This record gives sequence, C-alpha cells and structure tokens, in this order.
Amino acid sequence: MKLYFSSKIFQKALAGLSGGFLVVFLIGHLAGNLQLFIPGELGQKQFNAYALFMTTNPAVIALSYITYTTIILHSIVTIYLVFKSKLARPIKYHVSSGNSNSTWASRNMAFLGTMILIFLIIHLRSFWYEMHFGNIGFDKWGNKDLHTVTVAAFQNVYYTAFYILSMLMLAFHLSHGVGSAFQTLGLNTSKYKKSITYIGKGVAIIIPLIFASIPITLYVR
Amino acid sequence: MENFSIKLKVWRQKNNKTQGKFVDYDIDDLNEHMSFLEMLDVLNERLISSREEPIAFEHDCREGICGSCSMVINGKPHGPLKGTTTCQLHMYHFNDGDNITIEPWRAKSFPVIKDLVVDRTPFDRIIQSGGYISVNTGSAPDGNAIPISQEDALYAFDAAACIGCGACVAACKNASASLFVSAKISQLASLPQGQPERDKRVVAMVDQMEVEGFGHCTNTGACEAECPKEISQEYIRKMNWEYHRANIKG
Ligand code: HEM
Ligand code: SF4
Ligand code: FES
Repeated sequence: MKLYFSSKIFQKALAGLSGGFLVVFLIGHLAGNLQLFIPGELGQKQFNAYALFMTTNPAVIALSYITYTTIILHSIVTIYLVFKSKLARPIKYHVSSGNSNSTWASRNMAFLGTMILIFLIIHLRSFWYEMHFGNIGFDKWGNKDLHTVTVAAFQNVYYTAFYILSMLMLAFHLSHGVGSAFQTLGLNTSKYKKSITYIGKGVAIIIPLIFASIPITLYVR
Repeated sequence: MENFSIKLKVWRQKNNKTQGKFVDYDIDDLNEHMSFLEMLDVLNERLISSREEPIAFEHDCREGICGSCSMVINGKPHGPLKGTTTCQLHMYHFNDGDNITIEPWRAKSFPVIKDLVVDRTPFDRIIQSGGYISVNTGSAPDGNAIPISQEDALYAFDAAACIGCGACVAACKNASASLFVSAKISQLASLPQGQPERDKRVVAMVDQMEVEGFGHCTNTGACEAECPKEISQEYIRKMNWEYHRANIKG
C-alpha cells in the first residue's frame, strides 16, 4: 500500500479514469452542439437559451468545475508519466521499429494530447470566455447571443480548418485512448476485448466526425 | 544460396563507464543455413585471429528457451521473425547485401556491461521479491490432487512460457517491464497453488518493478508483438487488476 499512490499503475489508472470521464463529457457536449444544426431564428433562440442554462444552472456549474479539474488532472498525470518514461530509455535506438509493432497513435498520445490542449485553450477563449466575460450582444429574446458569435467564428476558413484538424487529433487520441483505458483499468478481459476494440474505434470516428460536421455546416450555410 | 554477403553495424562498448560506438563489419562468405549467432561466432573467430576483441553477446541454450540471446536487430528485439529468439533466427531470413544493425537492449534499468551484453539483474530482483508459494512438505503429492480447470491450466501455462529475456522492455518505447512482470504474476495468480500469497506477491513484484526504474505501460502492444514467446497483453490487464485489487483490499 505504501507505494500504491506513487506507482505508475495507480497514476495510469488516474489517466484512464479521467480520460474516460472526458469521453463522457464529450458526448454530452456534442449533444448540446447538435442544436447548431437547427437553422434560422429558431436555432438562434434555442441555442442561446441552452447556453444560458449551461452557464447558470447550479448542477451544470458544479459539473463544469469537475470537468475543468479532470482536464487539468488528465494533462498533468499523463505528461508526468510521459516524462518519467523518457527517463527509462535515455539512449535511443539507432534503427527504429516504426509502425511494425504498434500504431502511430499509441506512440504519439502526448503529441496528440498537447494539440488537444492547445485547441481547448483557443476554443475556451473563443466561446467560454466570450460568454462569461466578453462584450457580446443580446438576441431578441434578451439572452446573450452566443449563437451569432459561434456562426461568425466559423465564417473564417482558417478557424474552421483549425477546428477540423483538432477533431482529427482527437480522433487519433481516442482511437488508442478508449481501448487503452479499459486495459489500464483491467476491464479489457478476453470476453469483452473484441467489443471494446470496436467500441473504441467507433467512438474515435463518430464523436470527432459529428463535432467537425457542425462548423462545416455553419461555414457552408 | 552459398556465399552471400552482409554489412553489419554492431554496437561496441568496452564497459558501462565508457562511451560506445557502432563499428562496421563486412562478411562476404556466409552460409544461409547459419543461425544468427553462428554468423556472429564466425565473425568473432576472425576478429580473434586478427587479434581484435571479439563481440560480446549472451547465449546459452541456443534452442529458444533460456532467454539470454538478447540483441536488437534492425530495430527489432530478437530480429525480424515473429515469435523467435535470436538463436533460432537463421540467415536465410536475410538477403544478399543486406545492411544489419545490431544494438543492445536500451533501457536505463538494463545498463550495458559490454558490447551487446546488458545487466538484467533487475528481473532477478523482481522474481525474488515475489517470494515463495506455500506448499505442504512431506512425501511427493499426487499429481492430480488439486483439480485445475483446462482454461486455468492453459492460461497459466501461456504465461509460464515467458523466458525472461527482456525483449518486452527493449521493444517498449517506455522501457516498461510490464509484460514480463505480468506474466510472472498471472502464472501464479491463476493457479490454486498461488492463492495464499496472491495479494502480497503482486504488490511486492510491482513495487520492485517501480524501484528498478522501468517505464509505465501505455498499451502500445509493442511488447506482445516482439516477445519471442508471444506473451499476451492480457496478462498486463490481469496485473493491473490484481494490483489495484490487492491494494484496495489492503
Ligand atoms: C477531451 C479531451 C481528451 C480525452 C477525451 C482524452 C482521453 C484519453 C484517454 C481515454 C486516454 C487513455 C488512458 C489510458 O491509456 O488508460 C488518454 C491518454 C492520454 N492522454 Fe488524453 N484525453 C483528452 C485530452 C488530453 C489532453 C489535453 C492531454 C494533454 C496533455 C492528453 C494527454 C494524454 C496522454 C499523454 C495520454 C497517454 C497516457 C499514457 O498512456 O501514459 N489528453 N486520453
Ligand atoms: S514477456 Fe516475452 S519478451 Fe518479455 S521477458 Fe518474457 S519472453 Fe521475453
Ligand atoms: S540462447 Fe537461449 S534462448 Fe537464445
């Protein structure tokens, strides 16, 4: 027990649990974003009412603090572990085995995670910060008009491309991450292994794909 | 094919205090039926007759069971052939004119002793930390006195196939010893004889693995792909589970 909390198996379990929580968060976030598909004034009204609810409901506020903490925990634990693992192999191989024994995504989780972190910061600045502290207008119904801010952001081709690219990073992160978390937590038993692999790949494709389809829709609309 | 040639690039290092470097050797008259180690034997005899220091490498059984013939061949522990130790690898798996780079296992916990020989005593200390299993002494027990299901027997046997070579550490980008340690833990944890010390053993062995400074497992699967005994990552799942279980139970 003495070494339990300082063991890498325990710390990796934190990475897996926090990653798993973030996947659940993503599904919730995605469900909310789907309202951006609603065209015209109805879409604007509904989305802004939703945004108001999400920033004022006490349960949602509590959940949002848990989410911020989880993102910070996930980033710190995983980067710490990656740093430790670099120390375990001070001299690199002259010839690398490349993709012959492992997937690219599995070997580049830190890079992918860092890209996601950069995206998150920019993403929060664009929408979260604007909603809370920005000087944004109001819609006809008297709510803060985050809808117009969002639609405007995705009129910019570079911003839209950056969003799509970030979703690609997320897809790769999840393509290894979901199955890996089950393995880390000891749940990837031979009975469920196949299903977990399919669910992992499915989640990795479907979540980022739907996320990315929203700015594309807003851009072309 | 008789007489084919290869260009070798071999890591040479006098001891763990000196810096090593790659040295090139050309061999023009190889027989394709030689094993990889026999190819090195031939090279070493030539080095000795020209009064040069032979290449130090480990070997013992030369039949794929002792796990000592450690070397990374063209980026792959135990060479390109799946499920095969270096000693069981034959030169007909290479082509005339191939460039072959040979490196030692690279891990902080496995310092180079000389050339391709690394110090694998961390593995011995992990095994020792696992301790013992409790059995009744006295006259020899009846072979089938303890019923064990076919599934459990096979599960334990597949884990027991690990020869402790360290290729999993060598292959892993984090130099993690998880595959080795998990095979040793699972082998006993899945048999009735291993039950009395089951929790104590997993905690002691994992904690020793930590102390030895191996990296953590990121589930890339490189270990399983390169393991000469094709030990499954399933055992790492099992180890994770056993370790949490034992610690949470207290
Ligand atoms: C919404 C965003 C994210 C989700 C859903 C997510 C999900 C996951 C999951 C499920 C894992 C697998 C854990 C395991 O193998 O047990 C993982 C691993 C990892 N994540 Fe994330 N992650 C996210 C953001 C980030 C960020 C911002 C970073 C930044 C630094 C990051 C860095 C990593 C690293 C380095 C690993 C590999 C850890 C290891 O194997 O040691 N992730 N992530
Ligand atoms: S698990 Fe495989 S690669 Fe690792 S020590 Fe055992 S036999 Fe060698
Ligand atoms: S020399 Fe024993 S396994 Fe290769």
